[in-house]
Amino acid sequence: MKTRYTFGGDEHVFVEMDEEMSLAAFFKSLSMSNAVRDADIPGVTEICPANASFQVRFDPDKIHPDEMMSRIKELESKAEKSENRIDTRIVEVPVYYQDPWTHETLMRFRERHQDPEGTDLTYAARINGFDTVEDFIEAHHSAPWFVSMVGFVSGLPFLYQLVEREKQIEVPKYVRPRTDTPKQTVGYGGCFSCVYSVRGAGGYQMFGITPMTIFDPRQETSYLKDFMVFFKPGDIVKWKPIDREEYDRILKAVEDNTYTPRIANVTFDLDAYEADIAGTNAKLMEALNDA
Amino acid sequence: MTLEIIKPGISTTIQDLGRPGYFHLGIPEGGAMDRLALRSANLLVGNPEDAACLEAVFMGPEIKFGADGVVAVTGAEMPMTLDGEPREAWTSFEVKAGQTLKFGFLTTGARLYIAISGGIDTPADLGSRSTYPIGALGGIEGRAVQEGDSLPVGSASGAAAGRSIPEELRRHPSDPEELRVLPGLYWDRLTDAAKASFFEDEWMVASEADRMGYRFKGGRALDFVEREAPFGAGADPSNIVDGCYSYGSIQVPGGTEPIVLHRDAVSGGGYFTLGAIISADMDLIGQLQPNTTVRFKRVDMDEALAARKEQSAVLEKIRSHLG
Repeated sequence: MKTRYTFGGDEHVFVEMDEEMSLAAFFKSLSMSNAVRDADIPGVTEICPANASFQVRFDPDKIHPDEMMSRIKELESKAEKSENRIDTRIVEVPVYYQDPWTHETLMRFRERHQDPEGTDLTYAARINGFDTVEDFIEAHHSAPWFVSMVGFVSGLPFLYQLVEREKQIEVPKYVRPRTDTPKQTVGYGGCFSCVYSVRGAGGYQMFGITPMTIFDPRQETSYLKDFMVFFKPGDIVKWKPIDREEYDRILKAVEDNTYTPRIANVTFDLDAYEADIAGTNAKLMEALNDA
Repeated sequence: MTLEIIKPGISTTIQDLGRPGYFHLGIPEGGAMDRLALRSANLLVGNPEDAACLEAVFMGPEIKFGADGVVAVTGAEMPMTLDGEPREAWTSFEVKAGQTLKFGFLTTGARLYIAISGGIDTPADLGSRSTYPIGALGGIEGRAVQEGDSLPVGSASGAAAGRSIPEELRRHPSDPEELRVLPGLYWDRLTDAAKASFFEDEWMVASEADRMGYRFKGGRALDFVEREAPFGAGADPSNIVDGCYSYGSIQVPGGTEPIVLHRDAVSGGGYFTLGAIISADMDLIGQLQPNTTVRFKRVDMDEALAARKEQSAVLEKIRSHLG
C-alpha cells in the first residue's frame, strides 16, 4: 500500500491509500479521516471517507493549501498505529432477486449492455464462473458485506463482500450508463454491491430490489426519524433473499411505518477477520440471528 | 407576502448558498451556480447575502408579486419589464402588489438570479432552501417551481430602489471563454500527449450542461498510461476504485468527453479525474451556454489562489459600494 496525496483544485486534498480495493485500505482511510476530524484543523469544512481513499475540503482563505496538505500528512503515522477495530452494527437487508421492476428496466437498456442477449444476472453469473444464476445469487447473499463508502447520490452505500479475494465477484459497469434505475435496486459494479437510494441514472448491473427505504428526506419512515440517511461507512450488511409475497408484506410495513430492520451491535476487528474469515462471519451471523 | 409563478420558464429553482456538510453522504452543497450573482442580487435589495432567490436558466419566469417590495435581477443578460415598463438589471427597483415581471430573450450568460426583499421563505432542509431534485430537498417539495406555485416571501422593508452595481463589477462570460484548471487527482493516468492536447484543443459546451455537471465536446480523445487494472477498479483505463469527487473536478469517461462537476455534483464514483477547475472560475461555468467555445488553461496553486483573491476583492467592492 502506497499513500498518494494530491490536490483537487484549490479547495480539496485527496488522499489515496491504495490503487486497489482492500479492507486494509478502507480501514486506513477511515482511521486517517477520523484522525483529521480529531485534529480539528482550522479551515476544514468537510471530510469524506471513501473505499480506499478520502477527501478533505477546506477554505483556502483560512489555511494555505500547502499547510493543509502537510497537516494531513503528519497524521498518517498516527493513523497507522490505530487499532483496526470498530464498534458497528450488522443489518439484515431483504432482497427480492430477479424482480419484475429491475427486469423491465434492464430490458429497456439492453443496447447499452455487454451482453444484449442475456440479463444482468445471467451475464454476471457466467463471467464469474457460476453454472446457474441461482448459484450466483447464493454467492451474493451467503456471506456478509461491509459498507466501505456512502455517496454518489443521497445516502447510496457501496458494499464490499467479506470473503477471500478469490471468491469476490467482479462485474464491469454497463458499457454506457442507463438513464433510469428503479429506487432501491441492488446493483453491482467492479467489486462493489450498492443499493440505489433514489430512482435515477446508473451504470451498475441490476440484480434485485429491496423493499427497505434507505433514504427519506421527509424522515417519516419509522427507522429514519433521527436522520434521513440509513447507512454509514463501517455498517455490515447481510442480504436476505425474499420472494414476491414477502416483498409486498415488507413494503407495506415500511409504508405503514411499522417496519423495524433486524439489527445487532457487533465489533469488527480486521486482524481477527483476516486470520479467520469463516469464523468471524459465523460470529457476525450469530449476533444477527440472536437479534 | 407571496410571489406567484405565472410561467415557470425552462427550469427555475429556489437557490441560496447551499447546504455544505453532507457531501460525505452523497448530498451535495448545491446552491446558486453563480454565487457572486446571487450575493449581488441579495445585497441590492438589502437581504442577507445567503437569502434564497430564484435561479432561472436560459429563460426567465413570469411572476406576479403579492405585495409591495424591492426586487433585483443579476446574472445572465435578459431584457425585462414590470407591467410592460422596462427595468434595468443589476439595479434594485420597487414592485407593487399585483405587478407582473416578465423577461425577453437571453442575450449573454445562462442563469439569472431574482432577489426579492425578505428572501424566499420556503422551508429549509438540512439548513438550506436550495432545490436538490435528486434528493427531494429544498425548493417546493424538492422540485423546480411550477405554474401556479405561490412562494412565501419573508417580511423586510428592503433597501432603496435605484441601487446599482457598476458595470466593471459584473462578470459576464465571453466566447471563446477560458477556464483555469489545476492539474491533480488522477492527472498521471494520462499520457504526456493527452496532457498536452487537453490544454491545446478547443472544446465546446455540450447540451448536457446542468447543475450536476457541464460536459464538453470537440477535443481529441485522451489516451491513458497502460496499466494492469487495480482490483476493484474495473477494466476500462478511465476507471478507478470508486472514490470521492471534488467540486469542479474534471472526469473524462472513456477518455472522450470531459465533464466538470458543479454544485449538484455526485459525491463520488469510479471515473478518473484529471484535476479541477479553480474555485474562482466555478461561477463563470454557471453562465456558459451550450456551444460556447472553451479552452482549458493550466495554472498552478499560486495562480489559483491569486484568482480567488481577485474574486473576493470584487465581492468586497460590491459590498462597500452598496454598504
